[in-house]
Amino acid sequence: MIWVDTIIQGILLGGLYALFAAGLSLVFGIMRLVNLAHGDLIVMGTYLILLLVTLLGLPPFLAAAVAMPVMFCLGWALQKFLLNRTLGDDILPPLLVTFGLSIALQNALLETFSADSQRLPTSALTTASVQAGPISLGVMPLLTFASAVLVIIALNQLFYRTELGRAFRATSDDATTASLMGIKPANIFAIATGIALIIVTIAALYLGLRANFDPNIGPARLIYAFEAVIIGGLGSLWGTLLGGIIIGVAQTIGAAVNPEWQILAGHIAFLLVLLVRPRGLFPRAND
Amino acid sequence: MAYSVTTQTPASRIASIAGLILIVALIALPFFAGRGTIQDMFFILTMLVLAQFWNLLAGYGGLVSIGQQAFVGMGAYALFGVVILWGLDPVPSILLAGVAALIIAVPTAFFAFRLNGAYFAIGTWVIAEVVRLLVAQWKTLGGGTGTSLPRSATKDMWFVDLIQDGLGVRSAAARDILAYWLALVLALATIGGIYWLLRTRRGLALAAVRDNMEAAKSVGVDAARMKWIVFLTSAFGTGVAGGLIYMQKARISPDAAFSVTDWTAYVIFIVVIGGIGTIEGPIIGVLVFFALQSLLADFGSWYLMTLGVLAILIMLVAPRGLWGLFSERTGIQLFPIRRTLRGGKLSETKE
Repeated sequence: MIWVDTIIQGILLGGLYALFAAGLSLVFGIMRLVNLAHGDLIVMGTYLILLLVTLLGLPPFLAAAVAMPVMFCLGWALQKFLLNRTLGDDILPPLLVTFGLSIALQNALLETFSADSQRLPTSALTTASVQAGPISLGVMPLLTFASAVLVIIALNQLFYRTELGRAFRATSDDATTASLMGIKPANIFAIATGIALIIVTIAALYLGLRANFDPNIGPARLIYAFEAVIIGGLGSLWGTLLGGIIIGVAQTIGAAVNPEWQILAGHIAFLLVLLVRPRGLFPRAND
Repeated sequence: MAYSVTTQTPASRIASIAGLILIVALIALPFFAGRGTIQDMFFILTMLVLAQFWNLLAGYGGLVSIGQQAFVGMGAYALFGVVILWGLDPVPSILLAGVAALIIAVPTAFFAFRLNGAYFAIGTWVIAEVVRLLVAQWKTLGGGTGTSLPRSATKDMWFVDLIQDGLGVRSAAARDILAYWLALVLALATIGGIYWLLRTRRGLALAAVRDNMEAAKSVGVDAARMKWIVFLTSAFGTGVAGGLIYMQKARISPDAAFSVTDWTAYVIFIVVIGGIGTIEGPIIGVLVFFALQSLLADFGSWYLMTLGVLAILIMLVAPRGLWGLFSERTGIQLFPIRRTLRGGKLSETKE
């Protein structure tokens, strides 16, 4: 029974990792840009929520809702004025610019908020649990997982049901031809990064509610997100959710065997998938 | 009239004479400089070596790795391992550090080469994390808290007695001088070796792959093979540097030896600021980096923030770095690799 419990906790943890990964997957899918500052942006989102909670006294969920438009604008501006300039055939500029951004952001947070570990204020909700047969499930992990599923459904709807989604897909397939049809790729990219930062805000909310955070944890979140994206196969959102679940389950099983092996087990699961299926579980046909 | 193919330019001839004088001065440095200067120079030289190898990887091979700390850490731990467990002398163990880095580079490349372009970068980072977490389980070398080199091993190190008597310094200073000279040898061998590599047939192939992979393949360059050669070479060199750095520190822990900031972020900034894809770039970069560090050392995280922002600006405004700006304006190259045709009618008709 303890193993069933471990695996279910792992699946729920996977929801959090899928939330980390969805934004990364979206940006990569549309503009082939790997944002090395993704993890630090999540942590920045958490601090923004913390700031709203402490300064305005908002409850965390409302604070996240307020943070979302702010983060959207930030992502839009980041893409429009900085990252768009780095896009091209050469992979060096986007990688080095986002790496520089990651280090700069991390240290800016360190300077502003100090290295002290923080946590969003907990309420009855964050510690509540429901009983499912012999297993008790935390409300918070359940909520995280449900949010991840909702985010992925919403993104799929956006991609396949709306005009903006059509523009996204067209630009992703062939930016030059799309621009002949009256789409401005630069604007599409900016909106995509804005949306990615909305998802980042959702991820940031659960990160801050579920565990302690400090300015240095960004890179590790980036790595989990990246592993989930690669396991799932580039461009597949449901694959990303499955990737997150695989990392989550591997981590909780690793931790159950030996607490020191938690992180290591996740990485090893990733390497095993890479060994067997180099292009991930659900690769898109044309990458 | 005879033709000849040469890569020399007037500037490179002057540079090689100036370089020889500089080398003599650097060798003689311990005879008149204090211990602080020697330690600073050791830092500059080892960072230069790491930067040259990362530059070979990213600037010439197009392989942007964020996992170089795996090789620094592995080299360092291999050195501590053979000294503590086998009782070897630290000086020859530095080469074994390189071998250990080479050994883990093979599976690393096997996994990381499955990831394309940008994803390669994070892939190397994941593997470096795996190596760090595994090494932290190695209880005989202190596990997560780390360990020190035994006093007996550092005291009787090769050449230390010689330096102690010859220069009339204490044992600790003699060890720093030894480390400095070794770092100097390593830096010269690195720059010389990379310059030699770039001028050979393989270097030509490498430049072709960097400029246009498809075109290079079409004229018969084995691009995959070049990637392996570059990756393994820089892993070995980075491992040797890691061994040397921690021989001088004489104290190791997994978090320090596998630090992404110290061994990869700084190195990337050095190369980007100096000029990626040139041998001169990392040299300029490491000097700028050291100057900034001396100026901003007291400001802690402001310093890293400045470096990050500076790297972003350089990448946007002058992607070829400071040396690239200088070289474009003046046409000066200190390590020219472009072959030019001299003599015969060609140069006569040019007049």
